[in-house]
Amino acid sequence: MAVVSSNSTVMNNVEAVRATLYEAMKNDDRTLVLGEDVGARGNVFLITKDFITEFGPERVIDTPIAEASIVGIAVGMAMEGLRPIAEIQFADFIYPSFNQIVGEAAKIRYRSNGEYTCPLVIRTPYGGGVRGALSHSVSVEALFYHVPGLKIVAPSFPADVKGLLNAAIDDPDPVLFLEHKKTYRLIKGEVPNGHYTIPLGKANVLKDGKQLSVVSYGLYVHWALEAALGLEQEGMSVEVIDLRSIRPMDKTTILRSVEKTRKLLIIHEDNKFGGIGAEISAMVAEEALFHLDAPIRRLCGPDVPAMGYALPLEEEFMSSPAEMAEAMREMVKF
Amino acid sequence: MASTDIATGTFERHGLSDEQLREIFRNMLLQRQLDNRGFQLNRQGKVPFALGSEGHEALQAGAAMAFNRGKDILAPYYRDLGLCLGIGLSPYEIMLSIFARAADHNGGRQFPNHYSSKNAGLMSFSSILAAHLPHAVGAAYAIKYRGEEGRAVLATCGDGTTSEGEWHESMNFAAVHKLPFVMLVENNEWAISTPLDKQMAQPEIWKRGAGYGMPGRRFNGFDPLETYAAVKEAMDRARRGGGPALVEGTCYRYLAHSTDDNDMTYRTREEVLEQRRKDPVPAFEALLLEHAIMTAQDVAAMRKDVLRETNEATDAAEALPYPDSTELYTHVYEGAWQPWQS
Repeated sequence: MAVVSSNSTVMNNVEAVRATLYEAMKNDDRTLVLGEDVGARGNVFLITKDFITEFGPERVIDTPIAEASIVGIAVGMAMEGLRPIAEIQFADFIYPSFNQIVGEAAKIRYRSNGEYTCPLVIRTPYGGGVRGALSHSVSVEALFYHVPGLKIVAPSFPADVKGLLNAAIDDPDPVLFLEHKKTYRLIKGEVPNGHYTIPLGKANVLKDGKQLSVVSYGLYVHWALEAALGLEQEGMSVEVIDLRSIRPMDKTTILRSVEKTRKLLIIHEDNKFGGIGAEISAMVAEEALFHLDAPIRRLCGPDVPAMGYALPLEEEFMSSPAEMAEAMREMVKF
Repeated sequence: MASTDIATGTFERHGLSDEQLREIFRNMLLQRQLDNRGFQLNRQGKVPFALGSEGHEALQAGAAMAFNRGKDILAPYYRDLGLCLGIGLSPYEIMLSIFARAADHNGGRQFPNHYSSKNAGLMSFSSILAAHLPHAVGAAYAIKYRGEEGRAVLATCGDGTTSEGEWHESMNFAAVHKLPFVMLVENNEWAISTPLDKQMAQPEIWKRGAGYGMPGRRFNGFDPLETYAAVKEAMDRARRGGGPALVEGTCYRYLAHSTDDNDMTYRTREEVLEQRRKDPVPAFEALLLEHAIMTAQDVAAMRKDVLRETNEATDAAEALPYPDSTELYTHVYEGAWQPWQS
C-alpha cells in the first residue's frame, strides 16, 4: 500500500478487503470472521493475514471443512446478536451452503415476523481468468439474485470494495459479498482513508457516453471500460455503468442512461441463460421499450457448466476487451 | 416406569419437588389435549394442517424442566409442543400458531408447530431438518464468546434428522469448540414412513457422541424423570463450561406424521397398539397416584382445568383475525423493500 496523499491510499482489491475487515474487527467486538483457513494461513489470498495474532482465535475462526455449517453457524451467531463475517473460500464451494443462505438466512426476518434478524455478511471470491478450472472460477450471482431477503454486492474497484463492504457489515440483513478474484491484485486504485459507506443498490457511471449504454460488473466492467475508452478514438461515445450491487439493483441509473443513449448492451461473465442480464433486459423492455433504437444485446458467458482448465477452454469461455469493443461497435452502428 | 423400584415401592425423583412433578404431569396432559385439538380442528375443516407429538409427552415435559427460563436457549424442531409449553409458551400462543392468526409470533407465516419467541429464548426454525442445528451451535458460540456463564443451548431433533450432514457438522463444531450445547435426540423410531433400520445401520444414536469426543447417553423417553435427569446433567455440564453432550431419548410416535399422513400404509396397527401399552401419560399418572403426589380427584381436576384452558385458548385464538394480506410484503428486509432501487 502506498500513501499518495493524506486523504487516500492506493490499494489493490485484496488490500481493500483486508483493510476494511481489519477496521470492522477493530471497531466492533461483535464482529468475527469464520471460514476455512482464515486463521494461521490468513486466508488463501492473505486477506485475513495476521488477524489471528491481533484478534485471537475466538474472533478469527478456522472452521472445519463444512460450508453448510460455516454459513449456518454464522446465521446462529447473527440471530443471537453477533455480527459474523463468514467466508466461503471459493464461490464454487458455496453450493453445500445453499440451503443455509436461501432457505434460512434470507428468510429468518420474514418467517419470524421480524422477531429475529440475520445481520450476516458472506464473502466469497468468484470468477475466472485465473486458470481456476471447473471448481475455482464460477460466477454464482444468478443462483442467488432470485431470492428475496438476500442482498448481493459485486464491487470492482478498491474504493467501492471498502465502501460497500462497510455498508454490508452495517446492514441489518444478510449480504452476499462477491469479490472477483482476477481483480484481487490486478486492480489498484485510490481508497479514501477513514470510515465511509457506499449505499447498496447504487450503480456508478464510470464513463459518460451518448450512443450506447453498457451495463456490467466484476472483472468485465474493467474490460468494458477499456473497450469504451478505445472506441473514443473511433469517434464512438459509449456510456459504461458499473452495477456494483446486483440486489437491490439500480433501476434509475440504468433507465436514465438507456433513455439517453437509446441502446443497451449488458456484459457479464456468468452465463447468459437466466443471468443478471435477463432481468435487466426484461426491466428495460417493460419500462423503456419505446426509448430503444436497437434490440437489447447481451454479451455473456456461454451455456456450458464452467470454463475448463486447459487454456483454450478458459479463453473460449472468457470474453475480452476486443470482443467487447466489437459488440459495442456493432451496437453503435445499428 | 424405569424410575420406579416396584419391589421397594420407592422412586427416584431426581430432586424434583411434588410441585414440579405435578407441573410435568400437567404439561403432559396439556400436550395431549392440544394435540387432539389440532387434529379435531383439522377434521372440522377449520385449519388446513396439524401435527402432533403424542408419545413424546414424557420426554418433552421432563426435558423442559431442565431448561432455565430467561437464561437458556431452545432450538427445537417441529414436533416439540411439550418443550415449547415447558419453556413458557402458553396454549393461547399454540392456538395462534394453529389458526395462523395475525397475533401469532410468526404473524401466521409459518406452519403450525414452527414456534419462535425471542423473549422465551426459542429460536426461529424452518421445516428443513437439521438446518436449525448450526444456528443452535452459533448461538452457543455467542454465549461462550461473550463469557455468559450459566447459559446453554438445548437443541432437539428426531431420529430422522441425525442422517443430515448438518447434524454431523453441528456436533463436530460444538465439540471442537467445547460449546455449551446439548443435542437432544427424540428417537421415535420413524422418519415419517422410514423405519430406523433404513435410516442407520447402528441404531444407538447416543454412541455417536464418542465419535465426536463428547459424552453420549441414552435414556427411556417414556419416563419424564429419567429424561429430566439425563438432560439436566448434560445442561448443567454445558453451563459450567464442560462442553457439549449428546442425549438420546427413546419414545414412539403414536400418531401419523401429520394430518396429511396415513401411517397404516407403512406400519401395522399392532405395532402402534403394542407401543400404546407403554403410554407415558397413564404410566406417570399411576406413579403420582401410587406415591400420593396426587389423588384421583386432583388428577380429575387437573384434566378438567387443562380442557378448560385448551377450550379458552381455542376460542380466543379462533376469534382473532388472520393477518392482513398486506402483511405478505413486510419484514422481507428492514424497512421498505424493492428489488430495484429507484
